[in-house]
Amino acid sequence: MDSSEAVYKGLKKAGVNFVVSLPCVNLGKIMEMVDCDPDIIHIPVTREEEGFGICAGAYMGGKKTAILMQNSGLGNSVNVLASLYKLYQLPLLMVMSHRGTKGEFMSAQIPMGEATPGVLDALEIAYFLPKTPEDACKILSGAWLLSEMGGSPVAMLLEIEYW
Amino acid sequence: MKRINALKLIAAQFEDELVICNIGFPSRELYAVKDSVNHFYMLGSMGMASSIGLGLALAQKRKVVALDGDGSLLMNLGSLVTIYNQKPENFILVVLDNECYGSTGSQCTYATTVDLSRLAAAVGFKNIFKFTDPEKKLDLKTVLEVEGPVFIHVKVEAGNADVPVIDMEPEEIKERFMVGLK
Repeated sequence: MDSSEAVYKGLKKAGVNFVVSLPCVNLGKIMEMVDCDPDIIHIPVTREEEGFGICAGAYMGGKKTAILMQNSGLGNSVNVLASLYKLYQLPLLMVMSHRGTKGEFMSAQIPMGEATPGVLDALEIAYFLPKTPEDACKILSGAWLLSEMGGSPVAMLLEIEYW
Repeated sequence: MKRINALKLIAAQFEDELVICNIGFPSRELYAVKDSVNHFYMLGSMGMASSIGLGLALAQKRKVVALDGDGSLLMNLGSLVTIYNQKPENFILVVLDNECYGSTGSQCTYATTVDLSRLAAAVGFKNIFKFTDPEKKLDLKTVLEVEGPVFIHVKVEAGNADVPVIDMEPEEIKERFMVGLK
């Protein structure tokens, strides 16, 4: 299975019908698939934090929500994750391209790449690290339920080697 | 006009609208003058009122009003651009502009020198209503009827009313709001 298609299929199986996004070179194909899907509302946003706010409102309005983002944007979003998502126990699937991992060509990506798991740990947001497209698809399929039952966002970190 | 009086006048004109209310004193003041199952009170995530409101408006058909402030809108200005591009017909953004961070000790914001209505106009908002005259009645009849997205700019005095904190748990606020929506 193609690495991008696996993520898209997993989101579909999870029932996700509302997606906000900020691009990463690795997320390009998934963004196109989401954008072409008539059953998914796709909202490109200007900043990750804004996207988290939009998804919170959409969830309360009855949607199953996901954000497509690069891990760098996690740094922009710590407060909204803590004082909106954790405080009100809101679900969300965070599909994150994890730059600054093994194989990274750009040194500027490394500090935030290394900080990312620790930031998620500090927020007590569970995250998965699938190694294969099959894993990613399978995990995402059940992730909405996990997120909603747990009353917390659930993240998937897609490292450079995943693609 | 004091903000609490503006909130009282605005909330009195709501019927079935869903309201996302900004963190801090605005939520406490709204809760004190009028509470409703249609109100979602923010207790954190400063800057997110317009975004939560936008998401809610895009997800369902009922009319949504986000009650934002000047400081919090300035914290998330990109939101104006996204709202304009998504063009939700059922969305009204109200900015209660007291030119300061009211909940933290009334430190000035740049709304003292930047006109937020003109900013919204520059982004492309077509329906902008500005209420500056404290004596003029805040009549939202026309505003609530025009097609969104609507930008309402209400100039209010700095300062907070002496009102208690909201005695509801965050989850209770969310559950009540979501059950009311069904």
